[in-house]
Amino acid sequence: MLWPALTLQLGYNATLVTIGATLLGIAAGITGTFLYLRKRALVSDAISHATLPGIGLAFMAMVAFGFDGRSLSGLLAGSALSALLGLYCVHLLTTRSRLTEDAAIGAVLSVFFGFGVVLLTIIQTMVAGRQAGLEGFLLGSTAGMLGADALVIAIGGALTLAAVLILRRPMTVVSFDPEYAEASGLPVARIDLAIMALALAVTVTGLKVVGLILIVALLIIPPVAARFWSDRVETVALLSGAIGGVSAYTGAALSAVIPNLPTGPMIVLVAFALFVFSLLASPRRGVMAAFLKFRAYQEQVHLRQGLLALAQGQPIYERLTLRLLQRRGLASADGVPTEAGRARAAKALRDEARWRVARKSAAHESASAHYDGLTDIENILTGDQIAELDAQIPGPQEAPA
Amino acid sequence: MTALELATENGARALRASEDTALEIRGITVSYGGTPVVLSVSTRVPEGSMTAIIGPNGAGKSTLIKAALGIVRPLAGSALFFDAPLKSERQRIAYVPQRASVDWDFPTRVIDVVLMGLGRQLGLLGRVRSTHREKAIGCLSRVGMADFAERQIGQLSGGQQQRVFLARALAQDADLILLDEPFAGVDAATERAIIDVLQSLQASGKTVVAVHHDLATVAEYFDRVLIINRTVVADGPVETAFTSEALQTAYGGRLVTAQIDRLSQTQAG
Repeated sequence: MLWPALTLQLGYNATLVTIGATLLGIAAGITGTFLYLRKRALVSDAISHATLPGIGLAFMAMVAFGFDGRSLSGLLAGSALSALLGLYCVHLLTTRSRLTEDAAIGAVLSVFFGFGVVLLTIIQTMVAGRQAGLEGFLLGSTAGMLGADALVIAIGGALTLAAVLILRRPMTVVSFDPEYAEASGLPVARIDLAIMALALAVTVTGLKVVGLILIVALLIIPPVAARFWSDRVETVALLSGAIGGVSAYTGAALSAVIPNLPTGPMIVLVAFALFVFSLLASPRRGVMAAFLKFRAYQEQVHLRQGLLALAQGQPIYERLTLRLLQRRGLASADGVPTEAGRARAAKALRDEARWRVARKSAAHESASAHYDGLTDIENILTGDQIAELDAQIPGPQEAPA
Repeated sequence: MTALELATENGARALRASEDTALEIRGITVSYGGTPVVLSVSTRVPEGSMTAIIGPNGAGKSTLIKAALGIVRPLAGSALFFDAPLKSERQRIAYVPQRASVDWDFPTRVIDVVLMGLGRQLGLLGRVRSTHREKAIGCLSRVGMADFAERQIGQLSGGQQQRVFLARALAQDADLILLDEPFAGVDAATERAIIDVLQSLQASGKTVVAVHHDLATVAEYFDRVLIINRTVVADGPVETAFTSEALQTAYGGRLVTAQIDRLSQTQAG
């Protein structure tokens, strides 16, 4: 069952739903990148929780006017309006009162959500015997989703992506350096608003698939995971889109196969798995890389200090230093240098002398930035430059190696 | 003479001067909450000059610049750039914010930061072409950072970060460049590199205004000084405005008396 779901062979509707979810995941990942870079990720949580009263009220209104209360576009329109109101409340509380943004988010989020739950309860008693299915908006459900619903989601995702593409440059400048952006004439407040509006669009579009409680995860986890792999905004955004897309695709397919399994939690779990993998395995920012780098660096430092000690005939006290020298055949167990050890030690000492001269000279400033007490000077400067340095080394010259 | 009288007199003297004006601040007052941080500051910066804004901590130096540039909204007053409102002259102005005002772990490279200075030329969807890239590298080499173009900005030292910020401003080809504490926490090599660039800008007719904190280098680096402590204390050429009395008024207290004495001695000697 899983394989047909993953290869989109579960029939027309299921396929449309999976494709719609994937597009939504991509849009969420890319939009979320700018939310994360602007350090406003939590605002999306307020937005998503603030959608619930809108869903309830839209349903009631549609039923009251004799329409089908379950019309997805109608419910989404209602949720967008109430999310906008929530966003405006956060903005008002932050700018007009002494509340900080986190407190404002907490207040708005819980009040709107509470009101929404009350409305849902009323709906369940009011529309007796009618399966409204509004609970599906809490945790996401693709059950009973129509092809037309999937189309709404796909279009929403595509429009959001187009807007991000157009606004990516100003959004990047505003996220990195808002004061500079303001001074260079960018409408910072409006760009911030655009970032929020895009997050709102993704949230509303994704309500049905991911559910309002967990949609925030699809906006935050992909960019945070992607950040481990790249140091460029464009790449982070694209990777984040890919992570969001894969998560949504896998999650939607899984929940199509397993009955009663809500989509949102599955999507979030897949995204989380990708996050953990990134956290551990990223070659530059990952936990494992950091540990290995630390160990390698520690060994380098010990080796260098050991060599310098050997060169100056000082005793070596640290066991790790001694073990490293010994393992490389540079010294015996009691700290007496071997032939190779003596040569390496002399070179280390000469390197230090050269660095001392280089770091004093303004001409080698950019090279001096590489000085860390470890790097061989030949890797930084040319032979001619080193010969020039050697001429400036004060005191008796060591024999060249 | 009280600070206010001094300010008025200096303001009047500045207004009498006949050169073209790069920046004119007219009675800017800024307040965060109740108390004003900047109180009715007026000044006039002639084109082609190099002005230091100095004053004690919390004197409103940075706030004054930010208010002039519209980054913070002044309670009262306004600023004119080249005798016109900010809106129409924006492309002639470059701003170098405090280094500490941004998150240096932001996923971007040195060259991308400098390319931000070309935002106006690039537009929303324009591609970064090799001409833009060459321009950015050129600005980086003016501050001695061309070798670092592909580095992630988080890997730079404080001084290098400051130079990247300066390179971004250079990319704008502005006629007036405003810097907020460009020498704060930078190494000697960076300070030298920055001042060389600023002086070459001045030599080519540009106007430089910098918030500065090191009294010892004011006379060496700048030709004009604006001393403020919420209000204007002194304003004008370094020779006439940068006096120990003005510093005493602005900084007050015993703590700096020794430093001020030393300064006036070095100036005399």
